[in-house]
Amino acid sequence: MEIHRYEKIWIAITISAVILMLAAISLASFGLGLQLPGVAGSVDPAKLAQTPPFDKPGVYQITEGKYQVVMVAFAWGYNPNEVRVPAGSRVTFKITSRDITHGIFIEKTNINLMILPGQISEASVTFKDPGEYLFLCHEYCGVGHQAMAGKIIVEPKP
Amino acid sequence: MQQRDKRFIGVQIGVALAALSIGILLGPLQALDKASIDLYPFLKPLIASYYQGVTLHGVLNALVFTTLFITGFHTFTILKGLQKPLRWFGLAVAGYGMMIAGLILSGYTLFANQASVLYTFYPPLKASPLFYIGLTILVIGSWMIGWSQLATLWRWRKENPGVRTPLIAMGSAVNVLLWQLATLGIAAQMLALVIPWSLKLVPATDVLLNRTLFWFTGHPLVYFWLLPAYVSWYGMLPKQVGGKLFSDSLARLSFWGFLVFSTPVGFHHQFSDPGVPLLWKYVHTLLTFMVVIPSFMTAFTVIASLERAARDRGGKGTFGWIKNLPWKDPSVAGQLLAGFLFFFGGIGGIINASASLNLVIHNTTWVPGHFHLTVATASTLTFMAITFWLIPYLTGKPLYSVKLALWTVWTWFVGMVFFSGGMHWLGLLGAPRRVPLSTATYTANFPEWMLPKIFTAVGGVILFIGGVFYFIVVIGTWLGKKKSEVEIEVPVAESELPPAKTPAWLDNWKLWIVLSLVLVIIGYGPVLVQLISNFAPNAVGGRFW
Ligand code: HEM
Ligand SMILES: [Cu+2]
Ligand SMILES: [Cu+2]
Repeated sequence: MEIHRYEKIWIAITISAVILMLAAISLASFGLGLQLPGVAGSVDPAKLAQTPPFDKPGVYQITEGKYQVVMVAFAWGYNPNEVRVPAGSRVTFKITSRDITHGIFIEKTNINLMILPGQISEASVTFKDPGEYLFLCHEYCGVGHQAMAGKIIVEPKP
Repeated sequence: MQQRDKRFIGVQIGVALAALSIGILLGPLQALDKASIDLYPFLKPLIASYYQGVTLHGVLNALVFTTLFITGFHTFTILKGLQKPLRWFGLAVAGYGMMIAGLILSGYTLFANQASVLYTFYPPLKASPLFYIGLTILVIGSWMIGWSQLATLWRWRKENPGVRTPLIAMGSAVNVLLWQLATLGIAAQMLALVIPWSLKLVPATDVLLNRTLFWFTGHPLVYFWLLPAYVSWYGMLPKQVGGKLFSDSLARLSFWGFLVFSTPVGFHHQFSDPGVPLLWKYVHTLLTFMVVIPSFMTAFTVIASLERAARDRGGKGTFGWIKNLPWKDPSVAGQLLAGFLFFFGGIGGIINASASLNLVIHNTTWVPGHFHLTVATASTLTFMAITFWLIPYLTGKPLYSVKLALWTVWTWFVGMVFFSGGMHWLGLLGAPRRVPLSTATYTANFPEWMLPKIFTAVGGVILFIGGVFYFIVVIGTWLGKKKSEVEIEVPVAESELPPAKTPAWLDNWKLWIVLSLVLVIIGYGPVLVQLISNFAPNAVGGRFW
């Protein structure tokens, strides 16, 4: 195949760029402990009331500075829709849906999850600064979608 | 080209543009709503909600307009490239009939507010069964037109052994194959899961499996939208600017690259989905980045072809030659502007595909901001530019107004800069997509959204004005009384090196098809087996609008 010299140079640049990007992605995924949701278990959405932990949604302290939020999303709200934790807490969210697909996006954080009926979504974040953090549904879920929101109140350390 | 084939192409493109004309009516309403100008109360009897409007906008623009335009355009490019009449014409016409029937069924449910599930129709939101059946029939109809296009190619290759397939026919047929391969996912989703569930034959469905099959189709769909633009940029635009294609071999290699790497990458749309093993998210990310290679090659070859032509016309300087391109030709100007904005679409795409960055923008307005640069500009503006010569060619009538055609492409360009800029910015500030921000309960919490919201609204209105200009040109041309004095020439570019010098492996269809299938099996086989063995149809769903 006759390839122009400029083309060869360009192809070399392109392939090196791709290798660099792949290296960066791999580093981000494995080296820096990137937080994408993976497989955190499945659950029958019709039996949430009988299935721990979703039978008792709420905020639970695990150890000093560590909390777990067990949350159920539904059309059109979250249970609980207000979460209080002290500043500096590491909070793990365990969320599922009772009916259809929803999402959750917590402002000023990296928490951006889909919530599927049948699946458990899990992610953790540390709330350093006191204040209010709004969270909202970002996956279309019917006519109440634009009203599906809640907040996390991070209280100053006592 | 035979009159019969011209007609057939014309009706496909005609219906496509009709769909677009309705689809973009809704655009400015959505854009204004972002800036808290809520016009939906005035539309009540017609459009029940913002969501019904967005569903119409997405389905008519991104599913109906694109698919019908592309089947029509590829019928044209394949026949023109091969200089042959369409084989199995009856099959193609039957396919077209099915597409229209499917469109009527789905369209009815959309307007009746029985299918306000958005154009991604994720179960368990449950539309009327007619919506899904209509879409399925539409896809099957498009397959039938594709079979007849491929049969034409087969015959030609039998008759011309050893001859390189003409480039515009080759690129188009690759896209037809891509569509046949890609839509297997959605066909399986519809036939095995969604239609039985919507007909109440089964009570509930498995949400994750639905989403996975959907994105099997959903990502390659974006290449299906882009490749016709590439056919034009590689195979036609060089001629329109008075030059030649810089490299026939690289053009072919990149078409094959798109076929091979477009399908086994769908999980990059499901980075935030629970239940998808991280390993497969990672594998699909790696494969996604491979598409960078044919994309960069395209950028190089197309720009090199343009630059050579411009320098032959007296162009000078590192960038100064750009002035010497024939900007007064609306078809050229439209494609150049589309390509320019696509550059930013490409950069955004790399960000979307980077798992960690995706978390910042997933499901924010960044995402529609991004794909209005790709499908709504790189593809749509190029398609508009193509019609500036194609409609005169098909109807034998001159373009209604060259000036207004130029205004169309510049207005679209300027509108898109504001609109897309605003949407990207708004997304970075955390505004969710698919939400009528005018009535959202939390809008007041985000005063910093104000400026980008205004950008979005202003840009949306400018875009719409561009759309109005476009349809004046189209309808004016179509209904015009004047006949063209000279036969309109179809721009087909020659390449600098004759295609006969292109190596044979770049015209070896079996090789590339097998390679694509193997990669799909590697990328999806194991994980689909896993998802199917975990099959848990437990989402009942329903109508939530
Ligand atoms: C007048 C020009 C246009 C304007 C002002 C416009 C405006 C918008 C706006 C504001 C949204 C966001 C809706 C939301 O997320 O809340 C949107 C969504 C969308 N637009 Fe456009 N648009 C235009 C043309 C097009 C074209 C030409 C296409 C494709 C060929 C297109 C395809 C889409 C798609 C697929 C969506 C996503 C719908 C969804 O999220 O379900 N648009 N458009
Ligand atoms: Cu929602
Ligand atoms: Cu994609």
